[in-house]
Order: sequence, then structure tokens, then C-alpha cells
Amino acid sequence: MVSQDLFAQLRGVVVRRRGKAVLGPIDLDLSGGGFTVVLGPNGAGKTTFLRVLHGVERITSGSVTWSEPAKTAQQGQAYVFQSPIMLRRSVRANLAYPLQLLGLPKTEIAARVVHWAARIGLSAAMDFPAPRLSGGEQQKLALARALIRLPDTLFLDEPCANLDGRSTREIEEILREATQAGARIIMTTHDLGQARRLADRVLFLNNGQVEEQGAADNFFTAPKSPGATGFLNGDIIE
Amino acid sequence: MSEIWAGMAEAFLLIWSRDADLIEITLRSLQVSLSALVIASAVALPLGTWLAIRRFRHRRFVIATLNALMGLPPVVVGLIVYLLLSRSGPFGVLGLLFTPAAMIIAQVIIITPLIASITHQAMRELWSDYHDLLISLNTTHGQRIATLILDGRRTLMTAALAGFGRAIGEVGAIMIVGGNIDHVTRVLTTAISLETGKGDFALALGLGFVLIALSLMVNLAIHSLSRTEREGRW
Amino acid sequence: MIRTLLIALSLTGAAVQAETLRLAVTTSFNNSGLSDVLLPAIARDIGLDVQLLVVGTGQAIRLGQSGDVDAVLVHSKAAELAFVADGYGSHRREIMYNDFVLIGPSEDPAQVSAAKSVTDALKRIAQVQSTFVSRGDDSGTHRKELALWDAADRDPTDFTQWYREVGAGMGGSLNSASAMNAYILADRASWLNFGNTGNLSLLFAGDPTLFNQYAYLPVNPKRHAHVKAKAARDLENWLVSSRVKQIINGYEIGGEALFVFNARP
Repeated sequence: MVSQDLFAQLRGVVVRRRGKAVLGPIDLDLSGGGFTVVLGPNGAGKTTFLRVLHGVERITSGSVTWSEPAKTAQQGQAYVFQSPIMLRRSVRANLAYPLQLLGLPKTEIAARVVHWAARIGLSAAMDFPAPRLSGGEQQKLALARALIRLPDTLFLDEPCANLDGRSTREIEEILREATQAGARIIMTTHDLGQARRLADRVLFLNNGQVEEQGAADNFFTAPKSPGATGFLNGDIIE
Repeated sequence: MSEIWAGMAEAFLLIWSRDADLIEITLRSLQVSLSALVIASAVALPLGTWLAIRRFRHRRFVIATLNALMGLPPVVVGLIVYLLLSRSGPFGVLGLLFTPAAMIIAQVIIITPLIASITHQAMRELWSDYHDLLISLNTTHGQRIATLILDGRRTLMTAALAGFGRAIGEVGAIMIVGGNIDHVTRVLTTAISLETGKGDFALALGLGFVLIALSLMVNLAIHSLSRTEREGRW
Repeated sequence: MIRTLLIALSLTGAAVQAETLRLAVTTSFNNSGLSDVLLPAIARDIGLDVQLLVVGTGQAIRLGQSGDVDAVLVHSKAAELAFVADGYGSHRREIMYNDFVLIGPSEDPAQVSAAKSVTDALKRIAQVQSTFVSRGDDSGTHRKELALWDAADRDPTDFTQWYREVGAGMGGSLNSASAMNAYILADRASWLNFGNTGNLSLLFAGDPTLFNQYAYLPVNPKRHAHVKAKAARDLENWLVSSRVKQIINGYEIGGEALFVFNARP
């Protein structure tokens, strides 16, 4: 169940690598459903931020608190990586894998696998080895594999970075359906057009700090920080 | 050179006539080495996989030790196992010395580090591919090991075959702990050693060719098994 | 009546099949081929399944000391007496003897075939410094060889590279001698049964010093309670019987008898 209320709190979160602070300190309240898009120049710390939220990045100091206990929270989350990670198995087996981990009954697994394979247009390729799919097909498969668990929160790290227009459109459709079904989506992207199309809320990251956050319309029409203004202008941010 | 031809002829004759002794020692060779392979794999495959995914303080040291153990001279292993299993030794009361069981024990000790090391290399690669995904999906350690072993099974097969090759061609350790007793612990390699010592090179070579053929057949059998899986999946 | 008889027969059959005995013997003994004749006879006559461990004398003694075998059959009197004296063996029973012979290249560079005695032969070899292969493995044959050098007033530790210690059994050492075209001291049985003679031939024999006594030593059950003392006794009694005397004296290779039975009842 996703509410419009607060779902995560970050307090004093700092991530250091090799002595250098790559992220933080960050104090942030996250609330609401729909699309939260994380924007920022390269190296701003977007991926690290996402991984921190998902709990797969070690925090040097500070805390991330979810509205549910940490274990249940992570079980209700799914993550799609920028480069899709395919299991060296068939399409069918890739889709079934997360459900097998949960110990769902075979009939349930089979039903969901068939449904999602059809949704991403790979019904005819069920037994095809996943690593041999095209880039776009792999990313769609990764997305379906993430959504097959019906997560509350879906993280995506630049999901369409290496894809053509058609695959991008198909993926954005699936994402919209997911939010309509009740999932909240937190994603990073380089593509300002995509951000404009999808975002309900924007977080602007620069140099490891959250420089701006707020409703999408406000951000795109009237950015407050110089970094954000420059970024929207297409300037190089250092 | 003529002796090599004589050896091949001898091998052919032995097989053609279905020589009873040959069949007996061949079956025993397979029994000992395959048993050792199964036991060693049961230990080494999970161990190598576990080492690939687990981070702990002395990990580098353990891996280095494992790689070093691959170089254990088999005859030294045989000597140590003999001293342990001897009636005057700690485990003498088990009465295992000069039986096929002792040979299996020695070979397990010899091939486990080899299989574990190859497994570790292969699983490390696969783990670096799967790492982010499996962590993201909240997998337990057991689930990770199972997934890696399942998806890496082709490389693991190679590791197992390497172990088998080492075992079936081994002679130093099993000579000491088995005693090369006729009809009890004589296998192809120890028989070759015996016949060479008697100066009967033709027979020794003949047995040698049988051993090579056996090893090839096992390799081919396993590879063809994995390929039939291939047609279905890949 | 018939039924009882049959049951009795089958029981004896079962009892006769059961017993095994581990016997450590030397490579020289095994290479003679005599064991291939004796073992089936033992199984037939006294229902004992003898498991032969064919090793060097040193290792055979060692196996007896640690109780890993039930009895030992070797040919090294000094080592045997020590074995019994130290309590590892219950006693020593002489069974048979064969002889050692001097093998060498057919050209015979050291003129060994003309020697008057074995000490003379060895002196000639040392003089000419012809290549000589030694067992070097602390076996009965090796110890005999060292005793002969001693009798010839020569010390092998002074020898230079013409004296080659190979550290192998009789067959392996003969292989090396064949490959190096060298002189070597061997037991007659192993020589006659050897398949890779090359350019070697038998050059000197017959000196009584070259006689080679084989003895049977059961491992002392007081030292190792688990050994099969009764089976070892049965085997010993069989080995000194007149039946075995016939087998051993009648055992020939190429028309030549190898062993002389000399057990006293």
C-alpha cells in the first residue's frame, strides 16, 4: 500500500569513498507516489543516492529510515540497473527467478511469467537465452523482472540511457502503468525530455548534495539554484 | 618406436580378448577415481563458490593457501595418509590401509584443492556479473551459492573433469596407501608401474593406452551430456 | 544323512573361503614369478587368500614393525635377526634360497667372466671403473651388494660417477642397467624373468657367497594383537611342507631351476 505520506527519511547521510565524500550530508524527507525523478550532471552522485535508498550502498554516517521496518521495506522494492543484468538463462527463467526466491507456488509463477512476457512483447522468445537479446529487449526484460514481484517502490538508474526511441517509449508506457497500479517510482535520468514527460517531483543533485527539490512544474519553469538553472540551460556544470 | 607399436597392439589385444584382469583393474580404477571425484566435488564446489562470494578478514590468505595446496606432491600426500592409517598410526584401528577406501581418501585430498581453486576462479567472475542483481533481490547466502552453481555449471564441469584427470592418472599416493595388491587394490596406473618394473614395456604401454582411452571416453561422455542440455536451452 | 553331509560341506566351504592374510614380500621374490604359482596353491590347499604387498626389504620390515601386515618374507639375515630380537617378529623360519648373479654388458670390459671369485669380479669392476648400477634402496639385494664390496675391501662411498645408485626395485634397476649397458648384481630369478635384457648377459655366478636365503617372519601378536597369528602359522606350516618343497624345487624358467628349498621341519 502506498500512501501520499512520508515514506522515507534521510538524516545526515554521508557516503565516503577513498576518503572523499561522494554524497552528502543529505537531510531529506521523501513523500508521495508517482514519479520522483532525480536529475543532475554526471558525477553528481545520482546512482549512489539511489543505491543508498535501496540499501545496497554502505553509508559512512547518517541514517535512512523507511516508514516500514528495513527488511520489509527492501522486500517491497525493486531495482533496475543502467546496464541490465541478465541471468545466463532463458527469458522465462529470468522472469521466474525472483518469484522462485519468494517461494511462490508454481502455478502462480507460471501465470505471472506468461503475463509479463506478453506485456514486454517477448512471448515468442520464452526459451531464448536472455544474454543474447538486444539491448532494448534486455532492459524491458529487466523491468518486467522487477515488476513481476509487484513492488511498492521501483528504483531505476538511467533505464533508457542506451536505448532507441521505440524501446524508450515502450518502457515509459510500462512505467506509467505501474504507477497507475499503485507503485511509486524513483528514477535517475539524463534525458530532460523524459524527465519532463514523467516527473511528478524532481530532486536536483549536484556535487553530492540535494540542491533543489519540489514539484516538477515548479522546477522546470522556475529553478532556484544556479546549478539547476545552468543544468536546464544545457551548460556544463563543474 | 617399435615398442610403441607393440604397446598399441598389446592394448588392442587386451581389449579385444576382454581380458578378465584388464576389466577388473579398469573397473577398479574407475571406481576409485570416480568415488574420489564425487566426494571431492561435494566439498570443493560449494567451498569454491562460498569463497567467491564471502568477504572475511583472512580471505586472501585462504585463497592463496588453496592455490598452493594444488601443488601438493601426490606421493607426499600418500605417505602422510599411510602414516595416519597405519596400524601404528592414529586411525589404524579403522583397518582402512591397503583397501580401495584408503586410495579414495588419498585422492580426495589431492584433487579437492584443484577443483576448489578452479571453481573459485569461475565463480568469482560470475559473481561479479550477478553481484548487484542478487543483492538487490535480497537473496540469502544459500540462494546465492545455489544460483551461481546452477548458472556456472558448465565451468564447474570443467573443474570436476580436471580433478578426475588428476585422479585417474595418479600413481604415487595410491601405490603407498593401496599397496598394489593383486585383485584388491591394483588399478591401471599401479599395474603400469609394476609391468614397467618387470621390464615388460609392451604390456605397460598397452595398459597405458587403455588408460588414455578411458580418460578420453569419460571426458567425451561428460561433454556430450552437457551438449544435449545445450540443444534444449542454448 | 545326505542333507547333513551337504550342509557340513557347504559350511567348510564357507569357512575355507573366508580368511585373508597380508604378506609383505620383496620385489625380487615377486619378480621371480614364484608367487604366481604359490598363491593359487595356498588358496586351494589351506583356503587362505594371501594379499601380497610387493615392496623393498626395508619397507617390508617397516610394515611388519607397524603391524600393517601379518607376516614378512625377505632375504636379509641381519635385518631379520634384528626384527625378531626387537620383538617385532615372533621367530625366523628359513624357507629357500636362490643365488645372486653378476650381470653386465656382453663385451665384458672388466673381464668379470674370468674372475676367480665374486670379490675378484668386483675388484676388476672397480679397477676398470665400468658403469655399475646399484639398487641403492636398502633392500636385501642392496645390502648383499654392500657386504660384497666390503669383502672386496672397497668402499662404495669412494666410488665416482661410474657407480650409479638408482633407488629402485630389482626390475627398475635392471631396466636402468640395460639402458646404461652397465654391470649389476641381481638375483637369478629376477634376471631370468626380466623382459628387457638389451645387451646384457649373465657373466658370473656360482660363488657360495652369492647364496641368498629367504626367510619367513610372522609378526609378533604380542606386539600387535590384531594380526592373524593363526593364519600366519598355517601359512608357515604349509611353506615348510614337502608339497611346497616339490613346487619350489620344480619351479623353472627356461629350463633352469631358480630356488632351492631348505626349510627344516
